[in-house]
Amino acid sequence: MNSEQQYIDLFTQCRDMIDRHSAPLLNGQRQKAFEEFCRQGFPSKKVERYKYTDLAEAFAPDFGLNLNRLEIPVNPYEAFKCDVPNLSTSLYFLVNDAFYEKALPAVSLPEGVVVCSLKQAAEFYPELVASRYAHLARVEKDAINALNTMLAQDGLFVYVPDGVVLDRALQIVTILRSDVDLMVNRRVLIVLGKRAEAKILFCDHAANDRQFLTTQVVEVYAAEGAHLELYDLEETHARNRRFSNVYIDQAADSSVTSANITLLGGLTRNRTDVTLSGVRAEVNLYGCVVGDKEQHVDNNTLIDHRAEYGTSNQLYKYVLDDRATGAFAGRILVRENAQHSVSNERNANLCSTKEAHMYTQPMLEIYADDVKCSHGATVGQLDEQALFYMQQRGISREEARMLLKFAFVGEVIDAIALEALRDRLHHLVEKRFRGELSRCAGCRLCPPEL
Amino acid sequence: MLEIKDLHAVINGKEILKGINLTVRPGEIHALMGQNGAGKSTLSNVLVGNPAYEVTQGSVLFNGKDLLAMKPEERAHEGLFLSFQQPVEIPGVSMVNFMRAALNAKRKYQGLEPMNAGDFLKLMREKRKIVELDSKLANRSVNEGFSGGEKKRNEIFQMAMLEPTLSILDETDSGLDVDALRIVAEGFNKLRTPQTSALVITHYQRLLDYLKPDVVHVLLGGRIVKTGGPELALEIENKGFDWIKAETESLQGI
Repeated sequence: MNSEQQYIDLFTQCRDMIDRHSAPLLNGQRQKAFEEFCRQGFPSKKVERYKYTDLAEAFAPDFGLNLNRLEIPVNPYEAFKCDVPNLSTSLYFLVNDAFYEKALPAVSLPEGVVVCSLKQAAEFYPELVASRYAHLARVEKDAINALNTMLAQDGLFVYVPDGVVLDRALQIVTILRSDVDLMVNRRVLIVLGKRAEAKILFCDHAANDRQFLTTQVVEVYAAEGAHLELYDLEETHARNRRFSNVYIDQAADSSVTSANITLLGGLTRNRTDVTLSGVRAEVNLYGCVVGDKEQHVDNNTLIDHRAEYGTSNQLYKYVLDDRATGAFAGRILVRENAQHSVSNERNANLCSTKEAHMYTQPMLEIYADDVKCSHGATVGQLDEQALFYMQQRGISREEARMLLKFAFVGEVIDAIALEALRDRLHHLVEKRFRGELSRCAGCRLCPPEL
Repeated sequence: MLEIKDLHAVINGKEILKGINLTVRPGEIHALMGQNGAGKSTLSNVLVGNPAYEVTQGSVLFNGKDLLAMKPEERAHEGLFLSFQQPVEIPGVSMVNFMRAALNAKRKYQGLEPMNAGDFLKLMREKRKIVELDSKLANRSVNEGFSGGEKKRNEIFQMAMLEPTLSILDETDSGLDVDALRIVAEGFNKLRTPQTSALVITHYQRLLDYLKPDVVHVLLGGRIVKTGGPELALEIENKGFDWIKAETESLQGI
C-alpha cells in the first residue's frame, strides 16, 4: 500500500465526522483539497522543493487522529510556567490542534482584536475568514497544503484591525499531547489590518513521548503598513515529525520578520513562502537550527518580489552534530516589474562531525534589470586553530567547541528584535549545546523522567 | 621548573626536533634564537601540546610532572602559557566570556569556586592597564579586527589574567613598532616574580634589551648547539648565525 492510500481511505470513511466537528467554511474547501491530494500524492524526492525530505516515508506510519475532538485532559495554564520569562505576553494554548478556551489571559486585548479558535472564527467572523482561508496556501501547489486542508478541523485565528498596535506579544504555546501516536493537522490564519502591529511567538512543545506527526499550515496577511514579528520556536523531541507551511502576503509598506528556531525535534520541515505584493514591502527571514543525533531539519523558502522597492533579507544558520542532517533551499524570485528590489540571502552551516550532513541551495532568479541581490552559502567545520588557542588558555576542548558553536548561531539570535526571547534563546541554546536540553525546558508538563 | 631531555618531534612525518636538552629554573629567562626553520616554534608548540606535532622520543618534566602526558588545557592549568606568534581570531566569542571561561577553568582545576562577575570585571580592568589595552578591545570578539600590535598586547593581557609560572613568548616582538614593543616588554616585566620563568623566542636583540635574559640558546637543525650569557645574543646581532654554523660543523667533524 502506498503512503497516500491510508489518508484517502481515512477521509472517505470519516468525512462526516470531520465535517461535523469543524465549521462549514473549512468544510467547503475539503473536496477540492481531497481531489488535489488524490491527484498529486506525496511528492517524490525528484520534486525540487522536496528534494531533501522524504514525505512518503514520513507519512507512512499509521497514526491516530482525534477527529471526534475528544478533550485532552490537561490544564496547560496551571502546568505551564512561562517559557520566556520577563516577557510579558498574552499567553494562549493550542492543545494539539485545538484552541484551549479554558485558559485565557487575564489582560484584555485592545478593541477589535480577535484571538480565538479558527473554527469559532469561521462561524462568528465569516467575512474575515472566507476570503482568506486556503487562498495563500493553495492546494494545487503542495501536497501538505492539500492534506492539511482536507483534514484540518480547527486551529488559531488572529485578527488585528486597522491601526491597532499590540504592545504585548501574543505567545501561543502549542502542546502535543496524546496517549497514542497521533497525527495533528493544525491551521492558523493571521490577519493584520492597515498599519496594525503585532508580535506573535509560537512555542512548539511535546508534552509526552508519543510519536507525533504534525502538519501546520499558516496563512498570514499583512495589509498596507502593517508590522508583524512572527517567531516559531520548536522544542519537541526526537519522535516528532513536523511539517509547517507558512504563507505570507505583504501589501505596500508592510514589514514582516519571521524566524524559525529549531532547538529540538525529530524531523522538521519548514516551508516559508513570502509574496511581496505591494511596493516597499520588507521581509526578514531568520533560521537557527541546532541539530544532533539523527535529527533532520529542512528549511525551504521562496520570496516572490512582485512589486517595486521590495526588500528581503534571509539569514539561516545551522549547527549539526552527530549524524544530523540539515537542508536549506531558498529561492528568490524577482519579477520583471519588481524594479529596485534589494535582496540578500545567506546560509552558513557548521558540521561538527564527519557524519553530519548539510545540503544547501541558495537560488536567485531575476527578471528585473535594476536590482541589488546577493546570495551565498557556506559549510564548514569548527576551527581547529581556534580550538587549540582556547585549550592553551585552559578551556577544555568540549567547552571550547561549545563556545564556538554558540558564537556561530549567536549571529542569528542577536538579530531577534524581541529582547526577552533573545535573552531566553541565549540561555536555551547554551543549555542545548551542553546537552542539558534533551527535552523541552520550559514546559512543566513534561514528566522529568521522560 | 622545566626539564627537557632528548626531545624529538615530527610534523607531517618530518623530524624537526632532533634531541633538545634544556633546563629552566624558577625566576630565569631563557632566550631561544636561531634561523628560520631551526625548530624554535616547533619546540614551543610541542611544549603546549599542539596536536599537529608528534613527540617521538624524549621527556619533559614541568614542576616534576610529566608534561607530555597532559592535555593542552591541563598544561595551562599547571602554569604554562604561550604567547602565540599569530594569535587566533575567534569571531563571536567575546574577550570577556573567553577570559572568564579560561580563568574559571583554572580555578576549578585548583579546587576554587568560579569568580563572581563583579570581581572578574574588576580584575579585567586592573590587568588591562598593564598593557594599556583599550576597554573597547576587551568588549570585542577575541582578536577580531585587532591590529598586529593589539593582538600581541592582548596576549600579554591574557598572561596577566592567568598568572602562569612559565611563559613562552613566540616572536612576540614580530610586527611591533617601537612603542608597542616597549609596552609589551614593560608589561611582561611588571608580571615577573622570582618564581616565574620565561622562554623567549626571538630573532632580535631589541626585545632582549628589555627582558634581559639570563641564558641565551642557539637552535640549529633541531638541536641546541650553543648556550651562553646575554652577550651571545649581542654577538648574533652583530655577526649573524654563520659563524655558529661553521663552529658546529667543525665540532661534528663534517
